[in-house]
Amino acid sequence: MEAAMDLVRRMPPGSTETALNALLSLLPDHSIDLLSQVDLPLQVCMDKESLKEYILCEYNRDADSYRSPWSNKYEPPLEDGTVPSEDMRNLEIEANEVFSVYRDQYYEGGISSVYIWEDEDKGFIACFLIKKDGQGKRGYMQIGSWDAIHVIQVGPEEEGAAHYCLNSTVMLSLTTNNKQSGTFNLSGSIRRQMSMTLAVADGHLVNMGKMIEEMEGKLRNSLDQVYFGKTKEMVCTLRPPPEVLNMRLPDR
Amino acid sequence: MSDGAGEELSDRQKREIAVWFLSNAPAGEIHYVAKDVRALLGDEAVYEAAAAEAFPEHNKAHLVSLELPDRSGDIIITTYGELDKNNYLDPRTAQVATVDHIKQKCTKLRPAADEELPSAYIEDFRSALDVELSKYVSEAYPKGVCAVYCTSGKDIEGPGADFGLAAVISAARRSPQNFCNGSWRSIWNLEFYDESQFVEIKGKIQVGAHYFEEGNVQLDTNIDCKDSTVLQSPEDCAVSIANIIRHHESEYLSSLEESYLNLSDATFKDLRRKLPVTRTLFPWHNTLALSLTRDLTKELAIGK
Repeated sequence: MEAAMDLVRRMPPGSTETALNALLSLLPDHSIDLLSQVDLPLQVCMDKESLKEYILCEYNRDADSYRSPWSNKYEPPLEDGTVPSEDMRNLEIEANEVFSVYRDQYYEGGISSVYIWEDEDKGFIACFLIKKDGQGKRGYMQIGSWDAIHVIQVGPEEEGAAHYCLNSTVMLSLTTNNKQSGTFNLSGSIRRQMSMTLAVADGHLVNMGKMIEEMEGKLRNSLDQVYFGKTKEMVCTLRPPPEVLNMRLPDR
Repeated sequence: MSDGAGEELSDRQKREIAVWFLSNAPAGEIHYVAKDVRALLGDEAVYEAAAAEAFPEHNKAHLVSLELPDRSGDIIITTYGELDKNNYLDPRTAQVATVDHIKQKCTKLRPAADEELPSAYIEDFRSALDVELSKYVSEAYPKGVCAVYCTSGKDIEGPGADFGLAAVISAARRSPQNFCNGSWRSIWNLEFYDESQFVEIKGKIQVGAHYFEEGNVQLDTNIDCKDSTVLQSPEDCAVSIANIIRHHESEYLSSLEESYLNLSDATFKDLRRKLPVTRTLFPWHNTLALSLTRDLTKELAIGK
């Protein structure tokens, strides 16, 4: 598994799906680990009842069908597909509504879905997904995509508090293509974890939402400053821009 | 892919998968990828077959440069200098190096035979450009190497026929302790047309960078350039071509810097804003108010 994960870290981010399929066929015994540790760009499906799109992932899949968070139904229809308990479903409905507003305020578009289900130890797990593709109204981006996956494990409530463990991944791809600057593609994914014990007086949704908001801010900042910054630094090490060269050679 | 479970992969399928991973290795990382692939396959024969297929292609595609055994310089592994699978011409020193693709080392060196080298007439053009290009590369690239090859008409003895040269520049930086690797590769194809006294210049520049501390971010860019100059004396041609290459590569670097600037200023904002449209953090405590507002909006919309 270690070698497999190292390979995923080195392959072009745009080819993750091919890499995962190759690894699955080489290591059929590790398929569960591979599927849970390698994140792929999110796929979308249309809920025929509400005519709203929702995001597909391992967490709303049963056999070959995916459950819509809007209608709670599987597509393709599944007679005995597992659904969350009534309590969990009520929280899920609320979470989807609120998260849509959050998504709209930060992403000005895109699609979001939240899936919630009981955990074995009396807590629950919530999965928040956002997918944004775009041409970009500011006009520089030709093809861009941002996929965010947040999985929160919520422990059982003890003395008015609960433990929240958040695992987040953001996958990003930016491509510009024009005659003057050629093809420019910058893409990648990063994964981070955050754990907190919080009072549940305000409700789980408030706590989870705040953690996700903080995490997304951090991930966005890391991608912008650190990750993109590092690749730019590398380009300028390979062929320094003239102002750097002039500084190094003051006598010229 | 079929559902796979229980189906054993054939050796051929395993080799194809291994070759795919190896040929997608970022610059400077093929040995790490090879180590992983070898561990995953657990089959030396399949691994060796895959490595024998993938390494030469990778080395040529990435214009890998290797130190010559006599330390007289570096040789670039490229199709232009390829005599056979393991033997590569270094046109500057007129030597042929035997290369171990998998170890990425030169094992032997011999003087090139006359028939492996261009005629004196072509060599004048080639070496003059090599001098000018080397000057430029040593100025512009802290760790760059370059070479000029004859691609066609190497036996022409004098004016009256067309010929071709290729100028190759390769700069790589490996910094695995900083989780960062990168490479700059450019290939300039030069066609010298005798009748029209015209040199057609076609270039391709490729830049890649990989940063992988707690993540995997890759830059992958390329551009095609076109230009031309008049056919003059070898020295004048060399100066003129080197200037054209310098001009295009500097322009390209500026355009890359501009792309980065646009990226954080505008492109990134298009995907996800730093702060919501409201410019304050999301009011998680007030979601009741939010849904009330929405219900109200809904009702108003229905009322319209």
